[in-house]
Amino acid sequence: MTMDSSWRPTASWDALKSRAQQLQYVRGFFAQRGVLEVETPVLGRHGVTDVNLDGVAAQPGLGEVPQGWLQTSPEYHMKRLLAAGSGSIFQVSRVFRSGERGRRHNPEFSMLEWYREGFDDSELMAEVAELVCGWLDCDWPEVVTYREAVRRSAGFDPMTISDRDLQRYCEQWLEPEQLAGLGRDGCLDLVMSFQVEPTLGQGRPAFITHYPASQAALARISTEDGYPVAHRFELYCQGLELCNGYWELTDAREQRQRFMADNEQRKRAGKPEMALDEAFLAAVGAGLPECSGVALGLDRLLMLKLGTSDISDVLAFPIERA
Amino acid sequence: MASYSTNEFRGGLKVLLDGDPCIMLENEFVKPGKGQAFNRVKLRNLMTNRVWERTFKSGESLEAADVVELDMEYLYSDGEFWYFMMTDGSFEQYPASEKAVGDTIKWLKEQDTYTVTLYNDAPLSVTPPNFVELEVVDTDPGMKGDTAQGGSKPATLSTGAVVNVPLFITIGEVLKVDTRTGEYVSRVKSS
Repeated sequence: MTMDSSWRPTASWDALKSRAQQLQYVRGFFAQRGVLEVETPVLGRHGVTDVNLDGVAAQPGLGEVPQGWLQTSPEYHMKRLLAAGSGSIFQVSRVFRSGERGRRHNPEFSMLEWYREGFDDSELMAEVAELVCGWLDCDWPEVVTYREAVRRSAGFDPMTISDRDLQRYCEQWLEPEQLAGLGRDGCLDLVMSFQVEPTLGQGRPAFITHYPASQAALARISTEDGYPVAHRFELYCQGLELCNGYWELTDAREQRQRFMADNEQRKRAGKPEMALDEAFLAAVGAGLPECSGVALGLDRLLMLKLGTSDISDVLAFPIERA
Repeated sequence: MASYSTNEFRGGLKVLLDGDPCIMLENEFVKPGKGQAFNRVKLRNLMTNRVWERTFKSGESLEAADVVELDMEYLYSDGEFWYFMMTDGSFEQYPASEKAVGDTIKWLKEQDTYTVTLYNDAPLSVTPPNFVELEVVDTDPGMKGDTAQGGSKPATLSTGAVVNVPLFITIGEVLKVDTRTGEYVSRVKSS
């Protein structure tokens, strides 16, 4: 008879102890800097409009709120706190992303998200580096623009390459008929995932900055070398995407337009449109203070700390055992 | 026929790709936090045995292939086909072509059990058990007093397979052979 051990945790005790220490480290880091810890809903009334992010639907069982969503990030709620005058805040929360499972993904994961009032993106990047390097004991990150990173690894300029040439380049991975519905950003994601990402942060960590404006999400946009770029940054360590940050958009009208554009994209992709979170838009309209914010995957940070490439090694119970 | 979407991809899945039945070996989920998700998949084409690497966009799907693996007893060959019979008591027989039998031909012994892979109800391939026991029909005369150490010599088995055996092996002995490496393992006590 074989013993079924699938009730057991997949992470070792050492990994689980390290997880607890990491949490203490994070709380200590923000306590020292006077950043307030907050808790916002995991079960919210709205999901995000991002075309590539799907929340997990949940039923709160209330006539008033028949449909809810397990949050993909605490961003909207935290920005409402900022608009209400919280000052700089951080949160450690569980977030949910439908359909995401692999060696680096679990549909439920731990996210550290924080907002710094008065910081721009480069100031927040410095703080991210302090947090990450203080825990991993690694070298200070280098800063590379998205454009330069793609040029280095893929040998073309992502800002100027024609759609046609980009598609042709992507035919090394996908058939032309698969590429048809992918769009320019999808193609760039393909190049980023398969060709650029594996080379990033080998040796020392690397911040990628100045994303194409079409990938701005909730970041503000400015012009760099004649091209519109997003004030968005990501940190990569050993080819692993660790965090995503913005110098936050504070213009409510622009924010609404981006949500509506997201929904247009959702419609084209055959995905359900998402109702706009009016409370969030109202908060931005009432005045989101100048701030930068970042979301960092704590499970992945722990993977780097422990030198493992499988997220199951740092989770007590990944989804198959949850 | 059913189909599998990318979020159902996993090792062991049998799917049709470019019209050929394939078995999924590995499935890697790749996604930038804010970006498009992809699945990078390794598959073995069951017709050619070649390993393919393909990429799929999240949400794409592959048709399921009607492929099953069954234990069957080898009966006989008429020179054109090799006949296998279900071991479930149904006595149902399947003729396997020379291509389906492939290299397993040198391990085929009547009444032994093999794994037969059926594609659309016809044998696609035949896999021998990891170990088979076969009689030596020809080898140089044994040397008395030889121990397990020392040289080796070729021996022809009842199925036609030739394996290297220790010098002390004689005609008529039954040997245990590893079919994965084609190597001699041990003598089997004669019954």
